[in-house]
Amino acid sequence: MAEPRDETSGTVSEPLDLVRLLLDEVVCVKLRGDRELKGRLHAYDSHCNLVLGDVEETIYVVDEEDEEDVKTISKKSEMLFVRGDSVVLISPQTVSF
Amino acid sequence: MENGAVTQSEGKDPSGFLSEIIGNPVTVKLNSGVVYKGELQSVDGYMNIALEKTEEFVNGVKRRNYGDAFVRGNNVMYISAD
Repeated sequence: MAEPRDETSGTVSEPLDLVRLLLDEVVCVKLRGDRELKGRLHAYDSHCNLVLGDVEETIYVVDEEDEEDVKTISKKSEMLFVRGDSVVLISPQTVSF
Repeated sequence: MENGAVTQSEGKDPSGFLSEIIGNPVTVKLNSGVVYKGELQSVDGYMNIALEKTEEFVNGVKRRNYGDAFVRGNNVMYISAD
C-alpha cells in the first residue's frame, strides 16, 4: 500500500524529495576535493548522480606555503554528468556570500 | 540462536532517535570536518539528510548560509540534537 506520490507537491518526507523540488532550478553542488558546481539541475537519481546544464565549476586550491592563500579555478561546461559518490551537498543557489 | 532476533523492547534504536529529532535544530559533522547546523527536515536509511536554515562552519568559522541543504549520507560522521 504505497502512498501515491504527487510529483508536483511541495512536501519533503525524505531527503531526496528536497532534490526533486530543485529540478529545473539553478543549484549549488558541493563535491569532494574542494569543488563546487553551479548549474541547472536537469536530472538526478537515488545515487545522487546528477545531470547539470550551463555549469560553472569552481575549484579551490590552497597554497602549500600560505594556507590563507586560496586560489580558485573556474571551468564552464554546457552539460555535465556528475557521479553521485563525489557529491557532498546540494542546495538551491546560495543566499549569502 | 535466540539472540539473533532481539527485539528492541527496551531502549531505542538509532533510527528511532533520528525520527524523534526531526524538526529540531541539529549539528551535522561530516568526515571532512565541515559542520552544518540547521533544522532537521528529514533523514533516510542512507543517512541522507535534508536541513533547513543551514549554516556551514569550516574550522569553526562560519562560511555560508544555505536555505535548504541536502547532504549525502556517506559524508556524515554524526548528527547531534542541539
